[in-house]
Amino acid sequence: MIDIELVVNGRSQRVHAHPLARLLDVLREQLGLCGTKEGCGEGECGACSVLIDDVLVNACLVPVGQCEGSRVDTIEGIGADPRVAALQRAFVDVGGAQCGICTPGMIVAASALVRTRPRATPAEIRTALAGNLCRCTGYVRIVDAVAQACGAGESEGGA
Amino acid sequence: MRADLSRFEVVRPRALDEVLVRLGEGGWSVLAGGTDLMVTLGALALPPGRYVDVWRVDALRGITVTDDAITMGALTTYADVQRHPLLQVEFPMLVEAARRSGAAAIQNRGTLGGNIANASPAADSPPALLAYGAVLELHSRAGTRRLAYADFHTGYKQTLRRGDELIARVILPRRAAAAAPVAGGVRDGVVDAYRKIGTRKAQAIAKVGLAVRLELQGGVVADAAIGAASVAPVPLFARTTAAALRGRPLADAIEAAVAAFGDEVTPIDDVRSSARYRRQVAVNVLRDVLAAVSAGRTPVDSL
Repeated sequence: MIDIELVVNGRSQRVHAHPLARLLDVLREQLGLCGTKEGCGEGECGACSVLIDDVLVNACLVPVGQCEGSRVDTIEGIGADPRVAALQRAFVDVGGAQCGICTPGMIVAASALVRTRPRATPAEIRTALAGNLCRCTGYVRIVDAVAQACGAGESEGGA
Repeated sequence: MRADLSRFEVVRPRALDEVLVRLGEGGWSVLAGGTDLMVTLGALALPPGRYVDVWRVDALRGITVTDDAITMGALTTYADVQRHPLLQVEFPMLVEAARRSGAAAIQNRGTLGGNIANASPAADSPPALLAYGAVLELHSRAGTRRLAYADFHTGYKQTLRRGDELIARVILPRRAAAAAPVAGGVRDGVVDAYRKIGTRKAQAIAKVGLAVRLELQGGVVADAAIGAASVAPVPLFARTTAAALRGRPLADAIEAAVAAFGDEVTPIDDVRSSARYRRQVAVNVLRDVLAAVSAGRTPVDSL
């Protein structure tokens, strides 16, 4: 067991964990951040998507020992970015959720896209979300929500 | 049920030397991006013991370019590969393999060194690395040695890497970049074609993977190199098939090469596919690629 310092959703945290403990379990069980879901636990479904230093990862596959000194952003924190807040509003407006289990991961994965490609095309959106499974919606409204956020970014950007 | 982590000892050095010291002691395994090992750990199938986590070893990162080679640190991720402008131009099959490995979150974490060391015959990057004549640089306390990647895999999950060695770099010899297809067929130049057959475009483990590099002079195959996934106990460097193409007009050599490939692959039945399906699809995909090049069509991945 080791002490690991990391910055989660903008707050410095020190956790005590085995270096091979999954980031997913540390977030949910030690830090009480249960918005990050466990689906498959093997990197197939994307329900546990989080950002480490702005890079999209599956928290179920990241040993927490590799997070030392890193910034971790979860569904609870990413809305602080106005572009991501717009994305979250778009999921509500368009109805991009049904049962909700995949939704945090969808939004985190989409946030990685809208932060780097604010005018992403539908094909880019589908590629960016290819690692996130939804068993309810058929994906149409999810892609529509991200597309709306990308369109909103365009008009707000004024360019 | 979760793995009993108390049975796992982990060190997380930042210096390459420290990694090599541990590996030299014997009994240490290497952890890189975790996209394979963490899955295995979760399935309670990772052997308890001692692990060197190399994720923070900066000496294993970065892509450097010289006149005759592109050298990738073993921790180069699939995302790094896709972003590199010169890899996009000169080694498009490797870029495509990276794009077809998992999805974005996996591509941000999975490493070339891990993909090679893990030695899965279904891995996506090895066929491209084989077709490009990649060279591995292995480091140990005893020194550094370079190996042709084509010789590296010796049996199912067996490689020439000694327990005290670390794959530190993957070197791609620079050759002519692949030519754009031309109407009437490619007669001169280099053509690359990468194909992956899986259940879907993303997140699939290959049923069949294929990387073909052809060098044509006046319509004759001056050189050929073929790598394949999921059709043998190892990532397959299809020497016999390439030999059936070399020195012959491409159009005349296709059926001989396809027949040779059918004999050279030794696929198995497993949860993802049957041996019969894999052999048939491997042969069909090779024929399709060669016919496309011969006819001047872009040998694109159509899945």
